[in-house]
Amino acid sequence: MTDSATTPPRQPMAALPGGEVTEGGPMLAADGRPLKHSLNRALRREKLRAFLLVSPLLIFILVAFVAPIADMLFRSVENQIVSETLPRTVLALREDENLPEAAPGEPVYEALYTDLFIAAEYKTHTRLGSRLNYESTGLSSLFRGTGRDVGRFDTDIYTDQFIEAEPALEDPVAWSNWMADDDIRAALPQTADVWDAWVKLTVEANEDDPLEEDVEDFVYAALYRDLASGAAPAGFPDVDVSGFETVSIKALFEESDEDWVDPEVWQVIETYSPAYTDGYFLNSVDMMNGPDGGAEWRPEDEQIYLKLFWRTMWMSLAITVSCIVLGYPIAYLLSTLPLRSANVLMILVLLPFWTSLLVRTSAWKVLLQQQGVINDTLVWIGLVSDTNRLTLINNATGTMIAMTHILLPFMILPLYSVMKTIPPSYMRAAKSMGANDWTAFWRVFFPLSIPGIGAGSILAFILSIGYYITPEIVGGTSGVFISNRIAYHISSSLNWGLAAALGSILLALVLTLYWLYDRIVGIDNVKLGG
Amino acid sequence: MAALPPYASTGQKVWHYTYLVICAAIFFFLIAPILIIIPLSFNAENFFTFTPEMLALDPEGYSTKHYRDFFTNPDWQVPLWNSLKIAPVATFLSVALGTLAAIGLSQPHVPFRRAIMAILISPMIVPLIISAAGMYFFYSRIGLQGTYWGVVLAHAALGIPFVIITVTATLVGFDRSLTRAAANLGAGPVRTFFKVQMPLILPGVVSGGLFAFITSFDEVVVVLFVGSAGQKTLPWQMFTGLREQISPTILAAATVLISISVVLLVTLEVLRRRSERLRGMSPG
Repeated sequence: MTDSATTPPRQPMAALPGGEVTEGGPMLAADGRPLKHSLNRALRREKLRAFLLVSPLLIFILVAFVAPIADMLFRSVENQIVSETLPRTVLALREDENLPEAAPGEPVYEALYTDLFIAAEYKTHTRLGSRLNYESTGLSSLFRGTGRDVGRFDTDIYTDQFIEAEPALEDPVAWSNWMADDDIRAALPQTADVWDAWVKLTVEANEDDPLEEDVEDFVYAALYRDLASGAAPAGFPDVDVSGFETVSIKALFEESDEDWVDPEVWQVIETYSPAYTDGYFLNSVDMMNGPDGGAEWRPEDEQIYLKLFWRTMWMSLAITVSCIVLGYPIAYLLSTLPLRSANVLMILVLLPFWTSLLVRTSAWKVLLQQQGVINDTLVWIGLVSDTNRLTLINNATGTMIAMTHILLPFMILPLYSVMKTIPPSYMRAAKSMGANDWTAFWRVFFPLSIPGIGAGSILAFILSIGYYITPEIVGGTSGVFISNRIAYHISSSLNWGLAAALGSILLALVLTLYWLYDRIVGIDNVKLGG
Repeated sequence: MAALPPYASTGQKVWHYTYLVICAAIFFFLIAPILIIIPLSFNAENFFTFTPEMLALDPEGYSTKHYRDFFTNPDWQVPLWNSLKIAPVATFLSVALGTLAAIGLSQPHVPFRRAIMAILISPMIVPLIISAAGMYFFYSRIGLQGTYWGVVLAHAALGIPFVIITVTATLVGFDRSLTRAAANLGAGPVRTFFKVQMPLILPGVVSGGLFAFITSFDEVVVVLFVGSAGQKTLPWQMFTGLREQISPTILAAATVLISISVVLLVTLEVLRRRSERLRGMSPG
């Protein structure tokens, strides 16, 4: 209002009911507060009340739905398994300078020995093996095999020599006393660390009392390393280790499986040692982390996901287009018929919409079979010879037919609701000015119906790219979508990280379309059942 | 296009009838696969196609043995009961929370209305396989995976958008002066809700509930992952049946489900008309 500057400020002539006017001061409400404050307070209360009504559901959705999605996104980059299963090895690898040209030095193998021994007791080494196997084939059997061997490594020579030199070293109670002494722990860092790990292992995995068990070989091996590096803590038995017979742990690993001295194996372990990785995402687009640390393409025969994404996209597009082609005439017919007959015909659209997805899919499975009703009819008519029945199922054709049928109502309903709002007088006006039927339709009606096509297409496309059930049942191998691969990785190959990464990409795709849909149609305008 | 004007040219007539034939063919495509299931389910043989006896309308060719199997075989009865145990509870959760939230969202001043709406509608938009994957990962973390309540919670979340959409749609036409009048006459907010608002939005609530029910009753992807063998539902049993050993009992199950859909469809249509009448709109 620009006129406030030119006209004198108006006196409030009438206050709200119950309010009173005070000369010169602010307008007051019935309770004597300034009206502005009262109104603000009322507004705040109203907002709070609305928010309180919404909040139970919001919390519910956040816990039951949004948190799971967030968890999936997290899993697509999470990679704690390497650093959790092989913590010492990962640390030692960081210090190592031999990679990537040669296998790492002895300290890495010493750390790996401890880690793998513990992992084998917890039986987590096979899980780690399968995880690393996704990145480089063969690592699963490597971990499995050496996990069996590692308990029998010839490291007991340290145990024997220590006990021979100082029999007290055999006593777990004496050990636990030494390891309670902070000075000794500081002087023997490796031994202390390994001792703690052994105690934890004995209690947790074997449910034994560490004070009654024989101390494991790897503790003595760690003690040897500490003492050999010159530690001589007060209060700990003074053992001269200079004359000890030694054994190379690297050689023991090589003996168990010579892949352990393959720098490429170590490269994979090092690449996947950080707690977070882009490896799953790279895998989802057929790439991998190369030896030089950069992303590179996977070998030709392992490239499947880009193809699968591509197929999901173009098949969804084809399904959407066939839905437009089939849905448009129907929606047009419904919108031009009188309401009563349109409502009757609408039932033919709504019944499939309401019928269980499984029912419709089973119907197609039954109909499309080689011995099914469609082939039987075609043979009976004589269009197809009996020996030469059409393959309509377990391929892309099957998926296309069944999904078009399933998604058609989702196209017809938005189209119909848009077409209903186009006044028929527009077409009549066009014709009265000389347009023929086609021009009137193409130049007047069709452009007005485009919002409906847009809404229906996005809806059909969004639903289609995420479909799982129908492609799984009628799609065979050539008609499956990316969703089927996600399901496969969750339930069969157990590569959850890859499933999560594929899911995240699909989710990003769908959310972009959802955003578009919201911009074009508005989520508030989603209508159900016409 | 509704009716051909008397002055239509031959070309127009030909096109008009061609168009009607095309539409009839598309309607046939829509409805025939569903209807053909019904006679096939009465097949006396274990075939998925019409036997010569059936085509000759010979009573020998028809039997109700697949229905007997469906209603007596525990392979089908246990999943049916599981479905009936899960769906109503999930529906109740969706309806109770969803109606409350829809009323909250219809107030004139709601902070972050668009964002909240987007979150609440998202279970309908996010592909089921992604919801299923996320729920499988997260529910195993918190110990809900493979439990009855895990499935109920998941299904309730999937049903929420439908309740929100239908109830919000009825609230659009809701005359707020009615609640003010009730308050003016001395009714508290709770009484106002149950005596004035609820009866008016009831059709929306019930149709939202029906949508939520059918969502849960039909759902298979999420239950496949979140549920365990103890929560095997009817769609799950159908899915395994279709994927592994397909038995004709599936057609009997499908026919039963089609009858349920017809009942739901009719109920919804009646409700929609009633709602429009109550809100003073002309019946559609």
